[in-house]
Amino acid sequence: MVAATSRIAAPRRTKLYWRIAFSCITRLLSRIPPLAITAFTATSAAGRGVDALALALAQRKSGLVENDFGPAPLACWIGQVPGLDDICLPAPLANWESRNNRLAWLGLNQDGFRARALAAIDRYGSARVALVLGTSTSSIGETERAYRELDADGHMNAFQRTNRAHQTHALGAFVQEALGINGPCVTIATACSSSAKVFASAERLLRSGLADAAIVGGVDSLCGSVLFGFNSLQLVSPQPCRPFDVERNGLSLGEAAGFALLESITVDKTASRLIGYGESADAHHMSAPHPQGLGAQRALQDALARAAITPADVDYINLHGTASRQNDEVEAALIARTFPATTLASSTKGWSGHTLGAAGIVEAVVALLAIERGLVPGTLNAQVLDPACGPQIKIDNQERNVRVALSNSFGFGGNNCCVAFAAADA
Amino acid sequence: MTGPLDIGIEGIGVWSAQLPSWDAGRAILCGNVDNVAGAGTRPAPSLLAPTERRRAQEAVLIAIEVAQQACTMAARDPRELPNVFASAYGDLQINDYLCATLARDPKDMSPTKFHNSVHNAPAGYWSIATGCMASSTALSAGAATFGAGLLEAALLAHSESCPVLLAAYDIAAVGPLADIVPCRAAFAVALVLAPPSQRAMARLLLQCEHAAAELAPEADVLHASCRDNPAARSLPLLTCLARRTPGTQLLAAGPALNLRMEIMF
Repeated sequence: MVAATSRIAAPRRTKLYWRIAFSCITRLLSRIPPLAITAFTATSAAGRGVDALALALAQRKSGLVENDFGPAPLACWIGQVPGLDDICLPAPLANWESRNNRLAWLGLNQDGFRARALAAIDRYGSARVALVLGTSTSSIGETERAYRELDADGHMNAFQRTNRAHQTHALGAFVQEALGINGPCVTIATACSSSAKVFASAERLLRSGLADAAIVGGVDSLCGSVLFGFNSLQLVSPQPCRPFDVERNGLSLGEAAGFALLESITVDKTASRLIGYGESADAHHMSAPHPQGLGAQRALQDALARAAITPADVDYINLHGTASRQNDEVEAALIARTFPATTLASSTKGWSGHTLGAAGIVEAVVALLAIERGLVPGTLNAQVLDPACGPQIKIDNQERNVRVALSNSFGFGGNNCCVAFAAADA
Repeated sequence: MTGPLDIGIEGIGVWSAQLPSWDAGRAILCGNVDNVAGAGTRPAPSLLAPTERRRAQEAVLIAIEVAQQACTMAARDPRELPNVFASAYGDLQINDYLCATLARDPKDMSPTKFHNSVHNAPAGYWSIATGCMASSTALSAGAATFGAGLLEAALLAHSESCPVLLAAYDIAAVGPLADIVPCRAAFAVALVLAPPSQRAMARLLLQCEHAAAELAPEADVLHASCRDNPAARSLPLLTCLARRTPGTQLLAAGPALNLRMEIMF
């Protein structure tokens, strides 16, 4: 990380050959051993499981609907996962009740992921599997409900007093109990970068030998806090979000769950790989990005260095692309100045909405689908791209052989993460 | 783990109603005095401008206070340190405000309070106050949050071969949240962890243990009011560091996971 500071600051001071030499050395020093992603799944408004997501992407079918969430819905569009109200947690897990945990349970049961996770736990032993999950608001929707149902004296009702979901770690603890994991378990909560950073924490756990496999992922669900909170910041669009469109006017909020299983590449040499990640902070503002995107750039450069790749090696980037005026302008400029025209880039939030703490994992899954199925999604709902966009950002879908894909996630607090994936033979 | 994780402690910060700083609090932890000057007052970290200090929410204030103490003691530039902020419950005062406002009049929500409600708000304010652009994480692991944060920060220091700041904090539950969250008093602790070197004032050998084990006894100074504060799980370690007594402790890092900590000087 100290080296990374010098990397960013260096170009102003040093001559070209020193810069090249320095960049080669840091690239070699910071390279991480790749990990196999032996299973992955995502559930969002764009569909339950990866096949439904891939179909929605290919058919350019948005999951956004007019907002009817909660007692007094705002006039906006949301990426709601249908059927969540009908899901019941298994009886032994009933005291983890929340919309967020029901979504976690639904997500775990797609694509056979739960069976794959249980098989890994069986194979390595429950103490040798780590669990690292990301969320922004965890189960606060349940706490909101508890406040609507206070008794006459202003206290929580009997059910809520036994409900364990009223804490940030409700997500990690619920999934830990659901799967029977006894290894390291933590919930990362850095707003919208949460479930991108899980790849970094899990990689460190595996590299140190503290675990043999890691289940990573993220879950965030619609709730009053985020709908009315983003609305109070005037960041919510009254229409379906239009990332990178010149007339974009805000985001559409969504909800999602996604998971991935990370193991040594010796276990499955054909699986797609985690090859790098970069984490940084903007040191600028709580809810606005750094105007020159310096924090995002640092995370991106760090991810490229750890993957030991150059911008020209990157075939596809799933952008953060929330459709907020500022984020998209800053991110578009970063992509335009960093990558060649051959790199494709897009935001898929027109399909799913901004799923906040789950955005990292859902968009990692989109990047993995691009690698494994050659499907490069464009930017749904964008009609005329902002002039800040370079030739990389595409409106239309393309079919392309993708060997290396990145995913960007940036959150409140100026928290940035970029994750790099590659095909098995890349 | 193949071998223990060998980590140096270069700096310490602490804040609670009884322990206003590491320097002052050490005497209490050593059992030499019962109370110290400055106890019971709101912390005033000099990193924040006076107006920011007045405006800052308690969770941000105590986290920045201990983080600054630890960096000062370690003589490390805060701008250079990747950081890990660990809290079980986040900002309970703001969560109470959000939930009460939503129940009353959702459109009345304060945009500032909303963006300050994110779990990484103290981490964000720390990076803004210090200009630190290094990796910044905010995490939660329930009652085991301090142990999980220590593990995350130690792994980061180990894998990146650089010093790392850990700050763990929780504040008292207010309003109806007090019915479900046992935390009754604020407590914050920070450590600057680094690969072992001459700069370290103590060394930790960390190992994961999976058998259920007896945890370290609560320190004498562990006032009943902060017993249920997950950050106060650091008190047995802090007491050992204050007294400079080598020893081995167990620290919960999860429901079925303990960190065995061999503490050396």
